[in-house]
Amino acid sequence: MASTQQFCTFLLDGHVFGTPVPKVQEVIQHQEMTRVPLAPDVVSGLINLRGQIVSAIDLRRRLGLQDRPAGQLPMNVVVRTNDGAVSLLVDEIGDVIEVEEETLESPPETLQGFAREVVSGVYKLSGRLLLALDIDRIVDLSDLNKPKATGNFS
Amino acid sequence: MHIENAIGCDDVLMDEIVKDFLIESNENLDRLDQELVKLESSPSSKELLASVFRTIHTIKGSCGFLGFARLEKLAHAGENLLSRLRDGQLTLTSEITSGLLAMVDAVRHMLTAIQASGQDGPDDYAALIQHFADLQSQQSAASTQSSPAGEGPAGSPKDAGAGARPLGGAELGELADPTKIGGVLVARGQVAPEALAEALRMQEMGRKRVGEILIERGAAHPEDVLAAQKSIESRNPDAVIETVRVGVNLLDRLMNLVGELVLARNQLLQFSSMRQDAGFQAVSQRMNLIATELQEEVMKTRMQPIGNVWDKFPRTVRDLGLSFGKDVHLEMEGQDTELDRTIIEAIKDPLTHLVRNSIDHGIEQPAVRQASDKSAAGTLKLRAFHEGGQVNIEVSDDGAGLNIERIRQKALERGLISAQHASRMSDREIFNLIFLPGFSTADKVTNVSGRGVGMDVVKTNVEKIGGTVDIQSTAGKGTTVRIKIPLTLAIIPALMVAAGGERFAIPQVSLLELVRMDAGEVGKGIEMVHGSPVYRLRGRLLPLVYLNRELQIRRPASADAESSAANIVVVQADGHEFGLVVDEITDTEEIVVKPLGQQLKGITAYSGATIMGDGRVALILDILGLAQRAQVVSARDSALAEKEQQKACAKTEIASGNQTLLVVQCGGQGRMAIPLSLVARLEEFPVSAVEMTGAQEVMQYRGDIMPLLRLSRVINGETSSSPSHTDDRLQVVVYSEAGRSVGLVVDRIVDIVSEKLIVQSPAGRRGILGSSVIQKRVTDLLDVPTVVRNVLPGFADAVSAT
Repeated sequence: MASTQQFCTFLLDGHVFGTPVPKVQEVIQHQEMTRVPLAPDVVSGLINLRGQIVSAIDLRRRLGLQDRPAGQLPMNVVVRTNDGAVSLLVDEIGDVIEVEEETLESPPETLQGFAREVVSGVYKLSGRLLLALDIDRIVDLSDLNKPKATGNFS
Repeated sequence: MHIENAIGCDDVLMDEIVKDFLIESNENLDRLDQELVKLESSPSSKELLASVFRTIHTIKGSCGFLGFARLEKLAHAGENLLSRLRDGQLTLTSEITSGLLAMVDAVRHMLTAIQASGQDGPDDYAALIQHFADLQSQQSAASTQSSPAGEGPAGSPKDAGAGARPLGGAELGELADPTKIGGVLVARGQVAPEALAEALRMQEMGRKRVGEILIERGAAHPEDVLAAQKSIESRNPDAVIETVRVGVNLLDRLMNLVGELVLARNQLLQFSSMRQDAGFQAVSQRMNLIATELQEEVMKTRMQPIGNVWDKFPRTVRDLGLSFGKDVHLEMEGQDTELDRTIIEAIKDPLTHLVRNSIDHGIEQPAVRQASDKSAAGTLKLRAFHEGGQVNIEVSDDGAGLNIERIRQKALERGLISAQHASRMSDREIFNLIFLPGFSTADKVTNVSGRGVGMDVVKTNVEKIGGTVDIQSTAGKGTTVRIKIPLTLAIIPALMVAAGGERFAIPQVSLLELVRMDAGEVGKGIEMVHGSPVYRLRGRLLPLVYLNRELQIRRPASADAESSAANIVVVQADGHEFGLVVDEITDTEEIVVKPLGQQLKGITAYSGATIMGDGRVALILDILGLAQRAQVVSARDSALAEKEQQKACAKTEIASGNQTLLVVQCGGQGRMAIPLSLVARLEEFPVSAVEMTGAQEVMQYRGDIMPLLRLSRVINGETSSSPSHTDDRLQVVVYSEAGRSVGLVVDRIVDIVSEKLIVQSPAGRRGILGSSVIQKRVTDLLDVPTVVRNVLPGFADAVSAT
């Protein structure tokens, strides 16, 4: 009998991404955010998660995908990291899917740049591909060579 | 008597009882310390004596039940002594007080031993008990009245002395008296009246107490007796307000839960505003109020009165006073001032240190005090009060005060300051030298008012919690150390501002004042100096930082920099002041500081974030970080900017008729004034920087060779070097013209003054425009360009050539 793992899945620009369920603290709907001027632009802002202040990272920007169409509100996938909770902004929440370890394959050649670094593997689902994300690598922004000197708004 | 056996070794119950006993006794001991010291100053106070007696009695009673025989014996000896005092057979002396305090310490040791091992330790303190007996007999010998039976108090404080009186009435009384242990037991049906009567009779004969006798005879359960004793104590009118012990973890969890409740409340309010249901709205309003109140109350659970720390000082002061042979009277004011738990912990040690220092170095020996017309007893005063969202704590004494000369000398010896620097420091600056690390380490200075053993540690500890320390002293009058600390580390008062549509919090600690300029004033109020905006605040030029520019956020579309009103928040960071221009100033609020995630740590502009009343997040500005980003701090070093600032100042002076002058001293007592507009910079150089080209003194300055003029020689014709020339630093006023600079060497920079200049006597000397009275002293007005041209003809040529 093959070993299986549960994945929490979400959609980004039509792709199915996922992370192991134990990594996910909770999924909440769109929250009002406070912008952080001077912050790297992948940080969309800060949200108040029951008294705890949590940074929200826009996964689309983090993965180098194009920005979400205006008017479409993202969902928050709050993940556990060594540095406390971090919220990942995604387009839509998918199901919790049980995958078989055997179906794991290395990331396809078509993945480019940073996305290739953070996609730890690909699971073949019926008719679709599930891209498994390395959460710790995603929330560590040190590759963005520090906060940008010039923000988006200048 | 080990009644553990009688109880049948119900270990769990016993553990609980011992735990309660330890907690209670430790509290009682703390109270004893204070009461004994108080008692010493008012030995006739029956009330205090009764209270001290009661406290020791309680400890003795409890350990009797718990089987700590040595502890009981010690407490018993102390109780005996006290009962003599109470009955007037002994009078309280300092020796007795010391003895009793030693007993308190001994009991404390035993309690620690009990906590660690469950036993009251190997030491039976026989010497101390003997000492008590000696104390009693000493005075008893002198006293005609002696009552050997004056011990053996019974179960309640009120009848504690009853043993000395004949039985009969008292015995009957206790049977029915609900304030006495026997009465309670009988009333609860836990003891038969006959058994009690028997026990009371036995109490008269022996030293044991009613409760113990009852247990020994099997007439009552130990638990019942303990409970009865507790119930009597709880009825005691002097008993402290009832408290419950709660773990700090629980309080922190409560705090977090309240945070969640507040958020849920906010959502509920939003929801209710969308509905037209009056009933629902009323309920959610109520919910709103309750949640707010709950939040405030939970916050309060973290606060403690500073008296908790101070309570141990009466004892410290007494003991230290005795050991130094000084008489010190301790005054405390504002014990109720509340501070966050964590801060209370953090200031404990620094405060103790200051108190010790005051007694050790501040307050003089009684003989010395009397010789200088002071009361023999010194006064040490502790004061705490709220001011501007901070707590001020003062430790002051009426001792000898700090010896300025000694501190100066010491700082010089240790190489902490230079001689030239030392001569220019204000008294206050010199006092604050004692906080420098390494100020007093090698030799211990006792009995000299130059204090400072470990004062740097005091300063570091206070600064660690965001506080400041300042010291003031008057020779012969005393010294005051003032500590300013935030109320809490977690909750700070802050000013809420808005810029570019976002809200930000500015910690009140950095805040100096607020300035609002109406739309019309903005244009002329804000000037550009060397490309950077400044605002003239009471004659000073305040560099301005636009918050939205600094954070690269857009102003709201409606606002236009020139046409709308400007709000300037005057802040300070690291001793530098600047104005932060924001779109809007909303309110001051108490905010709860929360850390930012690792993703945002690198941004120096913020020190954290907080959650506002409406549940949204607002960033807390780090003023120092902002200043560094905006380079306000370093901008001050730009010579050009400074010069332009001065030019701008000169403009106003002409308008107002006032002139800003730099007053210097050179050639003995001669005072000279130079218009500040002609001064490029004030500099200080080591003598070693001076070089010669021909007969001319020069120095390398900003990549150029700058000639130096010794003003005293030029004006007064002095040829010999004045003493300051051999000193290690040179004071130089830099004068610039057309890109060329000359350094005017003066003895001392006196002051910068702004005065209406009236030239009173015409000049008699070359290079002097005339004389004027400045700061009530005759001052010569220096004609700098003429002086420079006369002495350095080459300078004029060079200037005209460019």
